[in-house]
Amino acid sequence: MKLRDIAHSRTGDKGDISNISVIAFDEADYPLIEAHVTAERVKALFRETVHGEVVRYEIPSIGALNFVMRNALGGGVTRSLALDAHGKCLASALLDLDIPDRPV
Amino acid sequence: MKTIRIGSGAGYSGDRIEPAVELAEKGDIQYLVFECLAERTIAIAQGARLKDPAQGYDPLLAERMLAVLRPCHEKGIRIITNMGAANPAAAAARVREIARSLGLGGLKIAALSGDDVLETLRSGDHRIEETGAPVAAMADRLVSANAYLGAAPIVEALKAGADIVITGRVADPALFLAPQIFEFGWSMEDWDRLGKGTVVGHLLECAGQITGGYFADPSVKDVAGLARLGFPIAEVTEDGGAVITKVAGSGGAVTTATCKEQLLYEIHDPAAYLTPDVVADFSQVRFVQEGPDRVRVSGATGRRRPETLKVSVGYVDSFIGEGQISYAGPGAVARGRLALEIVRERLALTGVEATELRFDLIGVDSIHGDALSTAGGREPYEVRVRVVGRTGSLKEAQRIGNEVETLYTNGPASGGGATKSAKDIVAMLSALLPRELAKPAIAFMEA
Repeated sequence: MKLRDIAHSRTGDKGDISNISVIAFDEADYPLIEAHVTAERVKALFRETVHGEVVRYEIPSIGALNFVMRNALGGGVTRSLALDAHGKCLASALLDLDIPDRPV
Repeated sequence: MKTIRIGSGAGYSGDRIEPAVELAEKGDIQYLVFECLAERTIAIAQGARLKDPAQGYDPLLAERMLAVLRPCHEKGIRIITNMGAANPAAAAARVREIARSLGLGGLKIAALSGDDVLETLRSGDHRIEETGAPVAAMADRLVSANAYLGAAPIVEALKAGADIVITGRVADPALFLAPQIFEFGWSMEDWDRLGKGTVVGHLLECAGQITGGYFADPSVKDVAGLARLGFPIAEVTEDGGAVITKVAGSGGAVTTATCKEQLLYEIHDPAAYLTPDVVADFSQVRFVQEGPDRVRVSGATGRRRPETLKVSVGYVDSFIGEGQISYAGPGAVARGRLALEIVRERLALTGVEATELRFDLIGVDSIHGDALSTAGGREPYEVRVRVVGRTGSLKEAQRIGNEVETLYTNGPASGGGATKSAKDIVAMLSALLPRELAKPAIAFMEA
């Protein structure tokens, strides 16, 4: 299945840093998301646009992960040449990740 | 237990105005907060102030105040806003003028200044956070430097009886934290309560983003009534407990899902959200749906505030030139790609001096780049060519858009709707300043 089937997401920006949350619709799915949505996978997905490190923070109290990506916004929102300078569309790309189905 | 209700009337400078009127008229609130200052806004406002000393505040200030002053006055709602931007004193004078024109007498207006630390930063030994370079080395490229002030001076203005508090750069959550500190008499060193009050401010500061805006995804996350989205209200008690809600009957929704998305919006380490007032810890926050459009937030806490203030530094960075043109129907993508290649060659051939260039096909790969975009398969019916570049002068920047526009008569068949632009770019960096070097000051005036 796709990450979008079990999680939702929002992108935020500060300077040249983008953060993307991944939030389980059902908190019971949080361990599955925690196991399969790693910082390495996110870094690999955005290899064309994110040039700095990707750090993952876990917030189990709300069943969510937060990815903080450096050198990610074309030099910063205020000077980027990108059409989506804020990177607001990034969350939608992340939700397209493949996730193994839940064990039956 | 004492309870107050705080409404959030704007999430950014250009935001809708009617939801704020709805909050004032039907929200049963005591405070209406407008957060209108994005990173770059104040640097641009500084430019406006230099041209005209009576300008430099939010361009929608008058329109917003004309819409909300009367209902706020009638219901005793106090207004807190950073719409003062680069000129809070001029903004306060304008609001006084509007209050008088509406026949609203006796309003006390406070203008908070002291966030402008440009001269301090220019003369001292300070460094840019992102690059490590000395601030002084940027010399005449510096446009503005504004420290993020905390809640304390706003609390002081409220204590002095201000009905309207107008600030420049203040940490966004502090606009919401201040009325909680004032109403509940919290100590400025009660880190736990300041952390709780800060999470409320963080959740509210983008207005509609917690009531269903920036959230809808049809069939996965449906939200009704986005055309008349209601803005949020926080119902806060003196122990720091809070419920997020909105005006009954307005559009949108307040759910645990909308709250979770906003909790992590623009957050780095959730255990260390740095503000001038407290290092807030959101890592143990929980949300519970208590009723329709009512979500309880709990579990936030805080630690001692940082010794330094963040300063947002505006500087003249570069110029950006851009051109766009559309192709449609069979072969649109191929004609679009040919157009990009022609412009690429032309920019080299004619010697346009750009330090950075970007060639996008809107509808194909403009948002996420080539690697993520080519998986789709089917070709779109129409595409839009976009060429954009960074240059050292406006004249060079204009040449980029011109090379796209000349595709009309020199490029692939059936190109239409060309547009071009060139602009100067004021960009933002940051610095850290010992907090005692920023000196907040409040001036009062009466309508």
